[in-house]
Amino acid sequence: MTHTQEYTSHTKLIWKVFIILSVITGVEVFLGIDKPDFLYLTKFLGTNLLNLIFIILTLVKAYYIVWFFMHMANEKKSLRRAVVWTAFFLIAYLTALLLIEGEYIHNVLGPLTKWNY
Amino acid sequence: MEVTTATETNQATWDGGKNKPLGASYGKLMMWFFILSDALTFSAFLGGYGLTRFKYIESWPIADEVFTHVPFLHGVNAPMYYVAFMTFILILSSVTMVLAVDAGHQMKKDKVTIYMLFTIIGGLIFLSSQAWEWKTFIKGEYGAIQLKDGKIIQFVDKTGHQIALDKFAIHSNRERVQLNRAKGLWFMSGSKLPPFSVNEVIEGFKSHPEITIRTEQLNLDTKQKIIIPRDKAMFFLKRAKAVVKGANLKVNEYGKTTFADFFFFITGFHGFHVFTGITINIIIFFNVILGTYERRGSYEMVEKVGLYWHFVDLVWVFVFTFFYLI
Repeated sequence: MTHTQEYTSHTKLIWKVFIILSVITGVEVFLGIDKPDFLYLTKFLGTNLLNLIFIILTLVKAYYIVWFFMHMANEKKSLRRAVVWTAFFLIAYLTALLLIEGEYIHNVLGPLTKWNY
Repeated sequence: MEVTTATETNQATWDGGKNKPLGASYGKLMMWFFILSDALTFSAFLGGYGLTRFKYIESWPIADEVFTHVPFLHGVNAPMYYVAFMTFILILSSVTMVLAVDAGHQMKKDKVTIYMLFTIIGGLIFLSSQAWEWKTFIKGEYGAIQLKDGKIIQFVDKTGHQIALDKFAIHSNRERVQLNRAKGLWFMSGSKLPPFSVNEVIEGFKSHPEITIRTEQLNLDTKQKIIIPRDKAMFFLKRAKAVVKGANLKVNEYGKTTFADFFFFITGFHGFHVFTGITINIIIFFNVILGTYERRGSYEMVEKVGLYWHFVDLVWVFVFTFFYLI
């Protein structure tokens, strides 16, 4: 753009973010293969602790991708909020409704499913 | 404050006027606009997957038992390693993309070219991995029996591990004929014949006292499929309808057919995005080589396709979590 001369390279930051993302993926894969019982066989907030860890790690990854790869960190606050808040609240709302509905269908249909012959 | 009127016919008008409340160019804003709407589409798909999964919470296939293959390592049980590799490739190609954008800001044409090339190669590796994953999933591994009510019955050995049909089924000398247009009416054709008939599998089951069956049902305490004792197994097998090998949109040897449907649909839609991304990247790559952006004085176009490419990576991060990990 017009500030070509004053633009400083972010190469270091980019590789740092890459390492963070790789490490998080590594942790996820390790937990996904190992599935430690003390996390996997628990019940918490409608799922288990292991799944919650996966979801949180995924959101952290999403944050790093959007903020540093998509340069959201350098955008104006108005643009950032227009995109991130819209997406976050709409998706949270949609997901909550769908998952609640899914459990309701299970409660209604589950007992009608036959598993003995 | 400036007011842009229709009579003003300079360049600024076509860029949306000189007044830029969001501090971004028209093209970049529209790319964000598109990404936001696409993100909502994908979240609807993954939300639908979540709904179906909660609906069948006690009989959903275990992803770890489905995606266990790595190319060139036939027969090795290696859950998730290959998907992890694919994720890694996509993140890496995201990094080269953002490096290309970074080099573009510094007007370094050679660096932009080489990083764009790496990004395209990464995308191609990912796409071919995806194709291989589909092929393996469609081909299937063990084979199963489908009951008349659509439920899937799998065979396990003494240790509770799944066992392939060809390990125990007995070949009878009867010939089975594939229904095709030559044998029926022009619109009639049978699906491809499975490797064994139902009778061959049941005969094989009877002559192997060490094997038994398991249903799709999960024991919610141990999160393992429930194994049926052998003396009760014949009550299930009496209702057998078909032998299933592999997965498609109609049957799925791993369990619920909807699982296969969602797999094809979500990874397919994401794969289509990757394909589009590679195509756009190639166009931009040639533009960079031809010096289009050098003459324009700005590599903003690289930044815009970069946004799209990162979005594809972002979606995969979520697909990876919800399809393979959870």
